[in-house]
Amino acid sequence: MTLCTGRGFAAINYPIGMNLGGDPSQALVHSTPDGKFKVALSSIDLGQGMKSVTRQIAAETLGVPISDVYVDTADSDTGPHCMGSFASRGTHRVGNAVIRAATEARRAMLEAASEELEVNAADLDTDGQGNIHVKGAPSRSITVEETALAAQFKQGRTLSGRGIFLIQPSEADPDTGEMSPVSCFAHAALIVDLTVDDETGEVDVTEINSAYEVGRALNPKLVEQQLIGGAWMGVSHALYETTEPYYPAREHGPTDFNDYLMPGPGEIVPHNIAILERPAEDAPFGGKGPGEMCANPVIPAISNGVYNAVGVRCHDLPITPEKVLRGIRANGGARPQGQPTGRR
Amino acid sequence: MPVEFRKDLFANERDDTLKEIGQPRIRQDILGHVSGRSPYYDDHLFEGLLHMRCVRSPHHHARIRHIDAGAAERMPGVVRVVWPADVPHNINTLLSLINFGRDDEALLQPSRVTYIGEPVLAIIAKTEREAREAAAAVRVDWEPLPHVLDVEEALKPDAPTVNGEYPNNTFDYHDLYDHQKLRFGDVEKGFREADHIVEGEYRMSPIEQAPIETCGAIAAPETNDRYVCHTATQGLFFSLAVTAKLLDIASSRLHFIGGTVGGGFGGKVDSITEPMAVLGARLTGQPVKFMWDREEEMQVGAPRGAELWRIKDGVARDGRILARQFTGFFDSGAYTRLSSYAVVKGTGHLPGPYTIPNVASNVYCVFTNRTPATAMRGFGITGVDFAIECQMDKVAEAAGLDPIELRILNAYRDGDMKAHRREAKNCALIECCQVAADKARWPLSPQSRAASSMTEGGVGWRAEIPETVTDQVGRIGERRRQALPSEPGAGAAATGRVAAGMRRDDRSVELPPQVADMAKEQERTGYSGKVDLPDHAAPASVQPAPATPVQRPAAPLPTQPPPPPPPPAGTAPSLPPAAQQRADDPEAAEQARRRAASRFISGTRRRR
Repeated sequence: MTLCTGRGFAAINYPIGMNLGGDPSQALVHSTPDGKFKVALSSIDLGQGMKSVTRQIAAETLGVPISDVYVDTADSDTGPHCMGSFASRGTHRVGNAVIRAATEARRAMLEAASEELEVNAADLDTDGQGNIHVKGAPSRSITVEETALAAQFKQGRTLSGRGIFLIQPSEADPDTGEMSPVSCFAHAALIVDLTVDDETGEVDVTEINSAYEVGRALNPKLVEQQLIGGAWMGVSHALYETTEPYYPAREHGPTDFNDYLMPGPGEIVPHNIAILERPAEDAPFGGKGPGEMCANPVIPAISNGVYNAVGVRCHDLPITPEKVLRGIRANGGARPQGQPTGRR
Repeated sequence: MPVEFRKDLFANERDDTLKEIGQPRIRQDILGHVSGRSPYYDDHLFEGLLHMRCVRSPHHHARIRHIDAGAAERMPGVVRVVWPADVPHNINTLLSLINFGRDDEALLQPSRVTYIGEPVLAIIAKTEREAREAAAAVRVDWEPLPHVLDVEEALKPDAPTVNGEYPNNTFDYHDLYDHQKLRFGDVEKGFREADHIVEGEYRMSPIEQAPIETCGAIAAPETNDRYVCHTATQGLFFSLAVTAKLLDIASSRLHFIGGTVGGGFGGKVDSITEPMAVLGARLTGQPVKFMWDREEEMQVGAPRGAELWRIKDGVARDGRILARQFTGFFDSGAYTRLSSYAVVKGTGHLPGPYTIPNVASNVYCVFTNRTPATAMRGFGITGVDFAIECQMDKVAEAAGLDPIELRILNAYRDGDMKAHRREAKNCALIECCQVAADKARWPLSPQSRAASSMTEGGVGWRAEIPETVTDQVGRIGERRRQALPSEPGAGAAATGRVAAGMRRDDRSVELPPQVADMAKEQERTGYSGKVDLPDHAAPASVQPAPATPVQRPAAPLPTQPPPPPPPPAGTAPSLPPAAQQRADDPEAAEQARRRAASRFISGTRRRR
């Protein structure tokens, strides 16, 4: 028995937003009488952090602290329409709708403050701490709370905003496939180190080094959790998971997590991540949405690493020990492809 | 697991002085989550909650001769047997919400089941156990029928028909072909010029989304003749619209609440549990829960569908890919759900993040007698990325190049023309390759190290749309009458050419803000690159909303390509005959066909 080491590489890009557009999302923003802002959505937080990222976007756009913003989603009686949380559209589409809604609310807020301060609204700015001041003269200021109270009880003005974001729908050409699929792409490149046991066919991923380009990390901790979890999912897809192990035959389908295999805590791979940020012009603060793409490069990188280790091209997911072993036997034994490039 | 932020890269396109954006703020809902108090749909345990379970097909394909639910009906705790006839409008397809595809799937199947697990009847009982026991006591007289499980078998002329709405076992694209085509340049020419031909076949078996919280919904009659539905859906209005359509009920009578979900990964878009639960509440007048158990989640709930890809590359001696040809099959299972969409999305993704002068592909959405497939993280892309990147490894080996150097050599760059005839921008593949290589101490040549996404793209041939060879192989129904090759151009001479540079005036753009006050303040977006967007163009100052609708880019939908010039003798028209066919597709007929289409999510994409 030999543990053969291998190294595999893959690089990908990923389309952000629903293919061919036509997927609107709306947002409503309004202030309470004391200057706290509510963001009403019908978008879904799947655990990816939809509520948190839209809250940050609203706070940044309004120019108020995040503690003064609360996101309320998803109640169809109060939240305006959203197509849903899928197709890497949440951050891009909903984020843009929130920016528009919060921008309108901010303009109303600065108008109300300008009446109180008796200056032109265009000369006002926010400090992100709950104050509105005259540009270049921070001492001439009013709090957001005072502004909201004045707007509500004195000026008869709402500090509110509406937003909708829609990429207009288009269609693919039947003969050439010409289309405008999406407006921006995230990117990734990734190197997997692994070992293959030439007696059992078992693959053990030992290290991942990656670079993910996400536009802008709107919340670096949320990005980090997505990338770590997504890479785990990539390992799982590559080596373990399927509902039909002998596809297209339907036999031996798993019915619970005893049969449906996934990596456990012992198989979590050390993963060194670099995050690159090339903002997209049409994305909210440039952020592209990192969640959906991050499993994709892991899967082919593992397949390529298996080839590097034992000379078996396993191009049928998942790469089970059975398939690897059959490949090794068909080759008359493991055929390591030489010292993997750049190996330490 | 250290995470490194490479703020040095693309720094001139970014303003990093924002106050909330870019900060590691803790989640708004974290306290509820870590203390176990965040309410999920299954926490809404109403007084007198009833439970609903389905009777399901044990066959891949069978006719229902007779159902005897008499014994089940009399079992303890059983409140109601739900028959297909109890579903007011028992036919739907998910993407009817964007007018894509035809209604093909019943909520409860009345006559012919087409996969193992297809529901034919539901039992509502006082406890889940009683509902399970009664469902097991229902006797169905099945007449098994021939079935097909393999995508390529399903394309053969004598294959059994899976989905009655699509008798050819393929989704119809553009009312014209049994697949989606992509044609860019001339792959045969590219293959002739190549020094290496590299071919590969890549398969992905179905994968379960595997959320911790299985799909489900709890519905209850609400005051004022409405129904509340607590749901784990990934698309609140999506599920609400599907429910309104299937139950033929005004959307104003539905109150959907969700938004906190225990993992989705694409498996909670299908909107089956919501109409079932609301139907149950409507029929019984009591709260009803319809929730999949783990076995249903894994074997009945739609997985990420299987895919099969074949790739053929023509590669020059120096490693440049001159031509790339794809044939792809998405196994949709018995119904369309969302696979038809994934095919188009996957096609738009080809040939991967590389600039290749000749690309052709045929991608099929195929119906087979298995659990319908649906969305999952990476939908339409994960399978083909696996194929492309394994293929790249083979290409590197054939060309004798380092795998990363090969990617950088062929990587797309700003200004390059992509195979779907749009310009690449905001690229960063090369930089990702360089940074990943550095992290893993993988040595790169000076040329690869010096490469940049921002330079040398969009020059010469890289920016151009080449003259393109087209064909009309694979018209709807043609494959039923005779065996046809599935790969692009094979076995059939090219029948047309699209002139170099040809592109429809059909740019997908974001629609401008409704009123000027909503327009982004460009100096506060944190983006300092070049901008050409409607938001930017809108006046920044406060102005009254325009009385007339804001000017929008020409709507692409009703427009037709200009009539092609008369074809020179011996060649086909440069634009497809489809253009003429589509022109006289009457909108009235369209409306008639979808009489119960969603009334409140307006259709945005019309089938032509």
